[in-house]
Amino acid sequence: MNHAIRFVMPASPYNGYTDYGVGIGLRVPHYRHILEKKPVVDWFEIISENFMVDGGRPLEVLEAILEQYRVVQHGVSLYFGSADPLNREHLKKLKRLVQRTRTPWLSDHLCWGSVDGSYSHDLLPMPYTLAVAKHTAEKIRQARDFLEVPICVENVSSYAEFHQSEMTEWEFLAEVVEQADCGILLDVNNIYVSSQNHGFDPFDYIRGVQAERVGQIHIAGHSRYRKFILDTHDHPVPDPVWDLYAEVIRRCGHTATLLEWDDRIPSFDEVHHEALKANRYLHDTPALVSC
Amino acid sequence: MSAALFRPLAARDRMQSIWEDGRMTEEVVAGFIKPNDRLTALERLEIYNRQYWFRLLDCLYDDYPGLRSLLGWRRFHRLCKAYLTRYPSRSWTLRNLGRQLPQFIEEAPEFTTPRTVLALDMVRFEWAQVLAFDEAHLPPLRVDDLLGSDPSQLCLGLQPHLSLLELSSGVDEYFMAVRKENEERQHGTASQAHGSAPQRRSASRLPQPKLQSLQLVVYRYDAQIYFKRIEREAYLILRALRDGLPVSQALETALTEADASADWTGKIQSWFEIWAALGWFCQTPTKPLSS
Repeated sequence: MNHAIRFVMPASPYNGYTDYGVGIGLRVPHYRHILEKKPVVDWFEIISENFMVDGGRPLEVLEAILEQYRVVQHGVSLYFGSADPLNREHLKKLKRLVQRTRTPWLSDHLCWGSVDGSYSHDLLPMPYTLAVAKHTAEKIRQARDFLEVPICVENVSSYAEFHQSEMTEWEFLAEVVEQADCGILLDVNNIYVSSQNHGFDPFDYIRGVQAERVGQIHIAGHSRYRKFILDTHDHPVPDPVWDLYAEVIRRCGHTATLLEWDDRIPSFDEVHHEALKANRYLHDTPALVSC
Repeated sequence: MSAALFRPLAARDRMQSIWEDGRMTEEVVAGFIKPNDRLTALERLEIYNRQYWFRLLDCLYDDYPGLRSLLGWRRFHRLCKAYLTRYPSRSWTLRNLGRQLPQFIEEAPEFTTPRTVLALDMVRFEWAQVLAFDEAHLPPLRVDDLLGSDPSQLCLGLQPHLSLLELSSGVDEYFMAVRKENEERQHGTASQAHGSAPQRRSASRLPQPKLQSLQLVVYRYDAQIYFKRIEREAYLILRALRDGLPVSQALETALTEADASADWTGKIQSWFEIWAALGWFCQTPTKPLSS
């Protein structure tokens, strides 16, 4: 049997058996450039909530994008970890969007963010306990069953830890995704930020993740303050995050990768150029396949 | 944690030092948040407390530039803090954050006095723009659809993105002047990334809106938001149609106190032609057009 080296993105049930490469977030300051210049981009990630509307420019732009590009949805308010049940109206609007975009998978965060119907609009960490893992996994299953699309859950960056926690964050993540039987959106910048804020080895985190469940990776920049790091998504990806990314690729294989740049957004070309740096790690780690 | 998160910030954007029951906040927070080698438990939770307020205040700053200019930065900031304390976000989308702001201004005029009338006009006008941006646009009825219909039976719906406003001041002209003044000032894009406190702007030197009775329609056309002053009789017709009256009754209601010497037939025909061309009319869900 002959073996050839091809750069293969591992298709899995958690990314809808797709082979997506390096993508960037679809952001308002870049709309005109994308629609006029039609740059070659492997895929765009959209924030679901920005397009869960009934009309207007957001949907007009989305339709134009969908004509030319592949799109994956990323949400920020399902709040799998909140004690509140999933919001039915939210799920219905989200499902309409899923059907419109034909996203091969959908992601949201391993966090809570609402209580008694009041929303924080933030991604808040949870105590890492078995009871919380069970509750969170149940909500992920409910969402997946309703939306009928694979779900990847993303690790958040955090600035606080709870006395109540019984395990590490990566053990908690593993527990949740096993019980929910869902995928992981592994955010390596968030791992780095949390590792610096909480004093753990980020490589321990990566080693503790089930590689076969990683359906997507996020990379991003952050802001360093005197006593903590803030996950600001407003800088290029720093070297320590690239080092983590290289390790994830080594363990997981080539995986759909998305650069997040959400604030002080530079030109499209600058953001895309930064995202494509991921290819040097992907191309350095070929996957052996039969041919 | 949620109780701590939603509490308004104290001076210099710090977490309040005294808890609701009189204990030191530091003592309460230390009961569930771990400190680390650089930050106390309070300091760690304070990051989230500040981000909650910065994010939501930033959203209101972006959505209500006219109100902000009218009241001045300091009073607008106090109004928003009080508003969010009284009406925390009850929606998964920040788009709806200002939905109850008109109600709050009426309930608590002390935050806007002596400009409460102007503030109410401006906030209603700016909320109407939020609706115009992304509410649905239903299949419009054209003039041809209406020909031959019995006006005593014909009910016309108005597009969901269209708002009818009866105002006491020229806030539309003031808003355009504010927009022009702001064009050179930079805003950060809204994002899920962590940000900083909303930046204070230098005081506007624009003259206050003129007190005058006027009727305004805010709507969307070809993906752009427009606002159009209309005559009082036109407003009354549209309001009656929106309220479900058939065309003939709507005309009767609108012209009850109109100047009898004017050529209303010609005017009304012209209005209906323009409104139909702009796509304002749609079928009412309860009384669809009979063929």
